[in-house]
Amino acid sequence: MSRQSFRLEGGGRIDRARALGFTFNGKRYQGYAGDTLASALLANGVHLVGRSFKYHRPRGILTAGVEEPNALVQLETGAHSQPNIRATQIELYDGLTATSINAWPNVKWDLMAVNNRLGRLLPAGFYYKTFMWPRSWWMTYEKAIRRAAGLGRAPEAADPDRYERQNIHCDVLVVGGGPAGLATALAAGRTGARVVLVDQLPELGGSLLDESAGTGEAWRQSAVAELAAMDEVTCLTRTVVTGYFDHNFLIACESVTDHLGHTGAQPHLPRLKLWRIRAGQVVLATGAFERAIGFKGNDLPGVMLAGAIGTYHARYAVTPGREAVFFTNNDTAYAPAMAMAAGGARVKVADVRTEPGAVADRARAVGIEVLPGHAVVSAAGHRKVRGVMVASLGAEGQVGDPRYLRCDLVGMSGGWSPAVHLFSQSGGKLAWRAADACFIPGVPAQTTRVVGRANGTIGLSALMAEAHAAGADAAKDAGFSGSGDAPTLESDQPEQAPLQPFWSVPAKPKSERKHFVDFQNDVTVGDVRLANREGYRSVEHLKRYTTLGMGTDQGKLGNVPGLALLAEMQGVTVPEVGTTTFRAPFTPLNFGAMAGRDVGEFMDPARRTPMHDLHDEAGAVFEDVGQWKRPFYYPQPGEGKDEAVNRECRAVRNAVGMLDATTLGKIDLQGPDVPALLNRIYTNAWSKLEVGRSRYGLMLGEDGMVIDDGVTSRLGENHFLMTTTTGNAARILGWLEEWLQTEWPELKVYANSVTEQYAVAVIAGPKARDLLGEVTDLDLSADEFPFMSWREGTVAGIPARVFRISFSGELSYEINVPANHGAALWGALMETGEKHGITPYGTEAMHVLRAEKGYIIVGQDTDGTVTPLDLGMDWIVSKNKDFLGKRSLTREDTARTDRKQLVGLLTDDPQAVLPEGGQVVEELQDRPPMTMIGHVTSSYYSANLGRSIALALIKDGRQRMGDTLHIPQPLGGPTLSATVTETVFIDPDGSRLNG
Amino acid sequence: MFLIECPWCGPRDETEFSYGGEAHIARPVGGGHDMTNAEWGHYVFHRTNPKGLHRERWVHSHGCRRWFNVVRDTVSHEFLLIYKPGEKPDLPALPKSPEPPDGPGR
Repeated sequence: MSRQSFRLEGGGRIDRARALGFTFNGKRYQGYAGDTLASALLANGVHLVGRSFKYHRPRGILTAGVEEPNALVQLETGAHSQPNIRATQIELYDGLTATSINAWPNVKWDLMAVNNRLGRLLPAGFYYKTFMWPRSWWMTYEKAIRRAAGLGRAPEAADPDRYERQNIHCDVLVVGGGPAGLATALAAGRTGARVVLVDQLPELGGSLLDESAGTGEAWRQSAVAELAAMDEVTCLTRTVVTGYFDHNFLIACESVTDHLGHTGAQPHLPRLKLWRIRAGQVVLATGAFERAIGFKGNDLPGVMLAGAIGTYHARYAVTPGREAVFFTNNDTAYAPAMAMAAGGARVKVADVRTEPGAVADRARAVGIEVLPGHAVVSAAGHRKVRGVMVASLGAEGQVGDPRYLRCDLVGMSGGWSPAVHLFSQSGGKLAWRAADACFIPGVPAQTTRVVGRANGTIGLSALMAEAHAAGADAAKDAGFSGSGDAPTLESDQPEQAPLQPFWSVPAKPKSERKHFVDFQNDVTVGDVRLANREGYRSVEHLKRYTTLGMGTDQGKLGNVPGLALLAEMQGVTVPEVGTTTFRAPFTPLNFGAMAGRDVGEFMDPARRTPMHDLHDEAGAVFEDVGQWKRPFYYPQPGEGKDEAVNRECRAVRNAVGMLDATTLGKIDLQGPDVPALLNRIYTNAWSKLEVGRSRYGLMLGEDGMVIDDGVTSRLGENHFLMTTTTGNAARILGWLEEWLQTEWPELKVYANSVTEQYAVAVIAGPKARDLLGEVTDLDLSADEFPFMSWREGTVAGIPARVFRISFSGELSYEINVPANHGAALWGALMETGEKHGITPYGTEAMHVLRAEKGYIIVGQDTDGTVTPLDLGMDWIVSKNKDFLGKRSLTREDTARTDRKQLVGLLTDDPQAVLPEGGQVVEELQDRPPMTMIGHVTSSYYSANLGRSIALALIKDGRQRMGDTLHIPQPLGGPTLSATVTETVFIDPDGSRLNG
Repeated sequence: MFLIECPWCGPRDETEFSYGGEAHIARPVGGGHDMTNAEWGHYVFHRTNPKGLHRERWVHSHGCRRWFNVVRDTVSHEFLLIYKPGEKPDLPALPKSPEPPDGPGR
C-alpha cells in the first residue's frame, strides 16, 4: 500500500481519523473519508487514470467536478458495475475497486496507443471518409472501431439493486447549493414558501467549501443551520438536476446509498432515487465551468484546470504537484497559485495579458514569478508532464523564442463558462457577453431566474445581493413575502482585471493537432480548422463532423472554446457562428434510476382470468395477448404444440370444447339512445334489435377502414352489452366516449367497461347443448333459444347470461357469470362434460377454428387499410343509414375494384403451411425483386380438413379465384404455390351453427 | 412534461392525459354524402399545424375520462385557455414567447 505522499499536513475537509483502503487498476491505495476517488489518487501521486477515446493518449485528472472528461472509470465489478463514472465525483468508501476504461491491456501499456502515432492519418471525419466503401463492409469495420474506441462496459448480469422515484412539489426550487444558492434559498425560505434546494455535493456550500475556516465558512455553517431549521425547506444533497422540461418540471437523481458502495448499502434503501420536481418558480445557481487553453500537449497528465488545483488543495488537502506553472488569461488562476506557494510549492504564472492587474502584485509578493504577456506553448513529458515551453506573445499574437521551465504540474485557466445547461434546456435564450467571452442566460422561457456565477456575475458581494433579490422575488411571485436583509459576505480578493479572450496558442498545423479542445472526444484545434476548411462552417455541422461536444461530458469544457475558435477562423463574432443547444441529461442518468420500481411485473403487469389456476393445473401453455395471459394450448403428456392443437380442433368439431373467453372486451351501454349510437358507429342497422337478441357488428374509422368487430346484445329496453376484440377493449371504450362527449353530446348513453366483472366460458361443438342442458334451467331448444340470441338463467347453480353466438362455426354457448364464480363454472363444466368428451382449447385452436370458417380477426387479417368491401363483407354495410366511415367508402381510392381483397389460399402441397406475412407474387423470378401482389394474413394446419388453409389479402383477389399464386421464402424454405379460393373452408351453409 | 388543468379534476401531470388533435373539426351534417371527395378528404385527413396558438383536444384518460379543449402556444407550450366541449371562447392575445432554441440537432 502506497503512502499518501502528496497529502498536505493540515487542512482540508477530509477525516484523517478514518483511513479507507481502495484498489485502482489492481493496485491498493489509501485515502481518507471525505476524499473523492480523484483526490485520493492525486494524494497518492497517481495522475495517469485513463486513455483517450480515439488516440489512446494517456490522460490524467483534469477537473475536480462534474465536467471531468478524462478520469472516467469502471466502478466495481459484476452486476453492480457501472461504466464511465467520473472519478472526480466518486466519494471514496472502504474497499472501493475501480479500473481505467478504454485501455488494453492496461493503462500504462496501451497497445491501441498506436493510434496516437497515426493521429495525422485519423483527422476529423476520418471514419466517414474511409469506412463508407464498400458499404456492405461497414458492419465489420464498426465492430473493430467500437472495440478500439469504446468507453466502459455495461454490466452483463441483471441489476440486483433497487431504485425509486419520488414526486415533489414546491413554490421555489433552487438548483445549486453554493453561496448564491444558499442565499437564494434563505431569502425564499424565510418567507415560509415551500423551497427545495438541490446540490450535487455531499455538503452544501459549493465554492465556499474551498475554505475550511474564516468568514465564508462561518456564514456557510449558519446558512445551512438556518435552512435545516425551516419546516418548509427541503435540502437534497448528493443530488444532480439532470433535466429541465416544460412547465417547470425537472428531474434530479439522488444517491441514497450509491456512494457507500454495494458492500455498505442498506437493503431497505434504494441505490438511487429519481426526484420528479414540479416547481412554481425555479432559481438556477449552477455556477460556472473553467475552460482549458489550447497548447501542444495540453492533455498530458499533470495538466489541470487551475481552479481544480485550488479545490484539491483546499478541500482535500492534496497538492497535485510540487513545482507548478499556471497559464491564464484572467485573474482567477492566481488564488490557487498562491495557495500552492503557501503550501511550499515553487510556482510560476504565465499570463497572456500584458497587464495582469492587482492580483499579480500580490502573487509576486509571496514569491511567485509572474510572466505577463507570456503563454505556455507546449508541455513535455511521457505519461506525465515534466516541463513546459513558455514564450512571449506579441501584440499580433506572434510567439517569441520559447524557453523551458521544469514543472510537474500545469494549471490552466481560459476563463469561465457559466453553467447555462439547465437554463438552455428550459427553452431560455442565451446571450454572448464579449467582455468575459462567455454565454450568459438571456430571455427565460419559463419562470426561471439565474443567479451567481451561472449568470456571469463576478464578485462575492454582488453575487450574494443578486441571489437574495432573486430568492425574495421568486417567493413573492409564489405569493410569499418577508425575506429579510441580504447577507453580506465580502471577498478578500482585489477587484478583478478584465479577462483577455484567448483560446489556443498560435502554432503550426502539425502542432495544432495536439492542441486539445474536447478532451473526451479527442477533438483538437487542428480538427476544428480542418472542418472549417472543408466547409463545415455551422456549429451543428462542426459538432457532427468532429464529434466536438458529444460523449458523456456533452462538451461542458469544449463547446465554447470550439465555437470561439470557429468564429476566429471565420473572422466573425461568436454569436454569428451560432450558439449551442444543451439538452438533457446534464450528466449521464442511470437507467435503473429512470426505471425506478417499474421493472418486471410492475413494468408490465400480467392480467389473469379467474380460471387461470385451473388452466395452469391442466398444464396449459400461456400466450400473452396484450397484458392478458391466455391459454395457448393444453398439451397432454407426450404432445407437442401441433398435436395438442390438432386434438383440440377435432374435439370442438366432433364433441365439445371449452374456451376461456373472459378477456374479450365487454362494454356495458345504458340509456335510451344506445340504438342511435350503435347505428352511427356500426356499419349495420340496430334499431330493430329485440331484447334477448344479439347481432354482429363492424366498426370503421372515418377513413372507412375496419377498426373493430364484435357482438352486441340487447339486455333490456335501454341496456346493451357490447363485446370487442381482446386487445382493443380500452381503445373502443375511448372511441365511444370520444364521439359521445365531443360530437354527439345530445345522445343519452352511459358507457362502462365490464370486462373484468364477468368470467366467460365458451362451450362449442355438437355436444354443447347436451352438456349445457345438464347444468342449466334454460330451455335450449333451437326454437326457444335460437342462434344469435341470449338468455338469463342459472348454469351449475350460478346466475348467468348465456349467449348463443359462435366464433368457431359450431353450436356454441358463451356463458357469462360474475367473475368470482368463473373458476366454479369452469370446474363444474369440466366435471359434467367429461362424459361428453369435453376438451379445453386455447387461443391457437380458436384461431384455426375461426379460420376454417373464414372469420376475420381485426388486426391480423386487417391492418388499418382494409374496408368491409375488401373483406367481402358487403352484406353488413347498410345502404339506408349513415355511419362513421360511410362516406369514405365511395372515395376514389376506396371504391377501386382492384384493391387488396381477402381470399382463401390452398397450397398445392396440402401438408405445407404458408408463412404468415409471406409475400404473394404472380410471376416467379429467380431472385428478388419480384412484384408483390399481397400477403398471407392467417395460415394454419387444419386437422379437420387434413390439410393447410390460409387467408390472404391479394390485389384484385376476387377476380383471381382458381388462379395459382406463389409465395417465395427468400430467408429460407421452399417457394410454395397455392390456389385462390373462397374464405370459408368448412360448413359454408352454416348448418352446424344453426342446428 | 406538461402540467394540464383538467376542467373537472384540476392540475394533473401530462402522463394522465391523451392528446386528441386539433379541436373544432365538426363532423359534416348528414355524414358528408353531399360533399365532394376533396371536401370529405379535407375533413378526414387535413389538419393545421400552426406555430403559435392552437386549439386542440385533450382527454383525461387516466382520470375522469372526459374530453376538453385547450388553446396551447405550440412555441412555448403554454396552455392559455382550457374550456369544455361545446364552448369556444375567443383566442387570447398571443403572449410574447421566445423563439425556440436554435439548431436542428437532436
